[in-house]
Amino acid sequence: MTALLEMRAVRGGYGGVDILNGIDLAVREREIVVVIGPNGAGKSTAMKAIFGLVAVREGEIRFKGQDITNMAPERLVPLGLSYVPQERNVFPSLTVQENLELGAYVRRDDAAAELAEVLALFPVLEERRQQAVGTMSGGERQMVAIGRALMTRPELLLLDEPTAGLSPRATELIFERIRAINQKGVAILMVEQNAKQALAFADRAYVLVGGANRYEDSGPAVLAHPEIAEMFLGG
Amino acid sequence: MLVDLVQLTIFGLVVGGIFALGAVGVSLLFGILRFANFAHGDMMTLGAYLALVFVGPLALPMWVAFPAALAGTALAAVAIDRALFKRLRRASPVILLISSFGLALILRSLIQIIWGPENIVYWTDIVLPWRLGEIRIRPPHVVMLAVTVALVVALHLFLTRTRIGKAMRAMADDPDLARITGIPTERVILWTWALGGALAAAAGIFLAVDTRLNPLLGWNVLLPVFAAALLGGIGKPYGAIAGGFLLGVAGEVSTLVLDPVYKPAVAFAVIVLVLVYRPTGLFGGR
Amino acid sequence: MELVGLLSFLVFFLTLSGIYAVMALGLNVQWGFSGQFNIGIAGFWAVGSYTAAILTTPESPFHLGGFGWPFLPSALVAALLAAVIALLIGLICVNLRTDYLAIATIGIGEIIRLVLKNEEWLTNGVRGIPAIPRPFSGLGRELEALLFLGLVVATILVVYALVERARRSPWGRVQRAIRENEPAALAAGKNVLRFRLEAFVLGAAIMGFGGALYAHFAGFISPEAFDPLFATFLVWVMLIAGGSGNNIGAVLGAFAIWALWSGTQFMTAFLPIEWAARAGAVRVLLVGLLLQVILITRPEGLLPERPPRPAVRD
Ligand SMILES: Nc1ncnc2c1ncn2[C@@H]1O[C@H](COP(=O)(O)OP(=O)(O)O)[C@@H](O)[C@H]1O
Ligand SMILES: [Mg+2]
Repeated sequence: MTALLEMRAVRGGYGGVDILNGIDLAVREREIVVVIGPNGAGKSTAMKAIFGLVAVREGEIRFKGQDITNMAPERLVPLGLSYVPQERNVFPSLTVQENLELGAYVRRDDAAAELAEVLALFPVLEERRQQAVGTMSGGERQMVAIGRALMTRPELLLLDEPTAGLSPRATELIFERIRAINQKGVAILMVEQNAKQALAFADRAYVLVGGANRYEDSGPAVLAHPEIAEMFLGG
Repeated sequence: MLVDLVQLTIFGLVVGGIFALGAVGVSLLFGILRFANFAHGDMMTLGAYLALVFVGPLALPMWVAFPAALAGTALAAVAIDRALFKRLRRASPVILLISSFGLALILRSLIQIIWGPENIVYWTDIVLPWRLGEIRIRPPHVVMLAVTVALVVALHLFLTRTRIGKAMRAMADDPDLARITGIPTERVILWTWALGGALAAAAGIFLAVDTRLNPLLGWNVLLPVFAAALLGGIGKPYGAIAGGFLLGVAGEVSTLVLDPVYKPAVAFAVIVLVLVYRPTGLFGGR
Repeated sequence: MELVGLLSFLVFFLTLSGIYAVMALGLNVQWGFSGQFNIGIAGFWAVGSYTAAILTTPESPFHLGGFGWPFLPSALVAALLAAVIALLIGLICVNLRTDYLAIATIGIGEIIRLVLKNEEWLTNGVRGIPAIPRPFSGLGRELEALLFLGLVVATILVVYALVERARRSPWGRVQRAIRENEPAALAAGKNVLRFRLEAFVLGAAIMGFGGALYAHFAGFISPEAFDPLFATFLVWVMLIAGGSGNNIGAVLGAFAIWALWSGTQFMTAFLPIEWAARAGAVRVLLVGLLLQVILITRPEGLLPERPPRPAVRD
């Protein structure tokens, strides 16, 4: 079975300086894949490279068999790929509803069904539809950000640290919702610092160090790996 | 004293409307392309002279000339983006800034070459002001204020009800996220130039009706227009409108205590105070 | 006769380009070194010119004056006053983002222009200050002009030596570091504000001195002469064309662009007579287009910045 997303020997970075030194990574349909690694390992950079925001100098990236290396974001979204960046992932001066509607911008048709689905997934957003997102809490913003990315009905959702800075309660809720999204058939590629919790429900996981992947296994196996546990999971 | 205050406030609202129409474009362009468009004043001038073509040689009434000049300036703004700024999309914002400064001079000299450096008026007939007790109101001012309000309402509907308008606000909020979302950013940029150009033309025409046409018409108000955009918060069209009216009234009322020749200094003082104490504008922008 | 005419034109040309070269060096300190965008060049220029004019002209009922100072002290005070104004402005504005500082500096230029135009007791308003003495008067027109050119060249050399030394010094390296990566410079414990302020003030002082030279060269100044277009725009085109960050580039750019600017005068001489009033606009248009072409095709200028590397320092 071919993978939904495949990165082969990807090298690239910012302005001529390579941050990624050969990344090999795959996500199959309906999978939850988690990427962990120390700060500055290049996890966010890898996500940006997939989404055409960081120049790939070598190697290739394929999505559903199609070469998408260095493809601009506005062309990736219609293919069924969505991305929630680590920071600045909502339009703060726009309302919840407007944020979500803009998520569906690439669709020509009315996105009422998707909007209803997202609001069903995050019921707190329902009563706040007309509120400016900039005035909302971190957890609520994250819901808007994920909801926005879902509006195109993606097959693969890229999430960069969706629980960074959230309270344990909000973290738990976001993780639980991510699994619900996955259950509807959306594959997930997620960078996480709350590694223990994320690995517990990941189908597979990659450990990224110094811009290259060093280790790959099923989520629980990575969790059980003594060295990794010591390095990233706080013993 | 109270009469003076009311009178000046009326003038201030008229002038403030002009600043507001200019500032909306500056603010949106700043938010989306990340540079202060120093050619915005000269786009206002261009709009005012285009209207002159319609009311002068073509002898059309102003209500025809006005939308025609708005459309013409919008087209010119789009053409300028295609010819110039599109080639500098990847350049640093400061290069864009310098380029727009150069563009300001190109536009101004073109206007001077075509229409000459003299002062020109649209029409010469004198309209007597209406009197409300001691307060005098000039009929053109009433029309200008009404049209300004209509334009602001139209702008509001455009920005909140249309797909492209919402995309424009989104992009002014965060251009990178707009790209990630899949919004066609180049299309939004074109629409922003068109909108900014049209509103600048309206501001320029009003300014010319209020004073006289000359090649420095728009450059002379660039400072308060920038001040209004900063006051409102960069990338915030509604802030820019509020900033424009505030600045217009403040400038006129300041003449109660300040020599009118130093009116531009009020705009400058506002800029400095805002930048130092509230760099994101009164209403919190970027 | 022909030859004399040509030579005196050449001296005139070199003197004026030389004054622009001083301005371009000043702007290079602010923009090229430190990355601060100043569109108020005309203002600092005017402050320098008016200070020199007021300090050196004889008593006049129309404006402040009658001090009768010689050239050098008055030019130094002109530089000092420009520096003080820059310091006051800088204390408020210099930590602003580049684009905000740019907006603030148009305001400064505008206010200075308003003061010069309206404070008649000080500047004689729009009628300007005439009869500004020339430093070498009484030696005959040709010699006088030649010596004045020598003075301008000497100024360029001194200013060049000064700013080139500054550029190569640790101070210059910190400026570049701040310009390229302010957070990193902050993290390295540099007092970013102070460094930027120093560059802004130094640049303004150089412009003030250049303004003094200009006043003596022109002999008559009025607010008209400090049209933001002329002063500010041309200096910017010069620095960008020459290569910002590169001091030789700044000087070269000044001479090249002034030559081009003068060249456009010859071109517009061929325009039909009814276009005479528009010749100035045609020239501005040409230079404006030239700037766009440079920005699009060669934004680093004729001589790009070459950061001095400590390893190869002699
Ligand atoms: N926009 C950028 N420009 C230059 N370097 C960057 C940029 N963003 C990140 N980096 C560098 O790339 C490296 C990897 O960063 P990142 O991918 O964000 O790490 P992670 O997400 O794993 O913490 C870091 O050394 C960081 O300094
Ligand atoms: Mg990261």
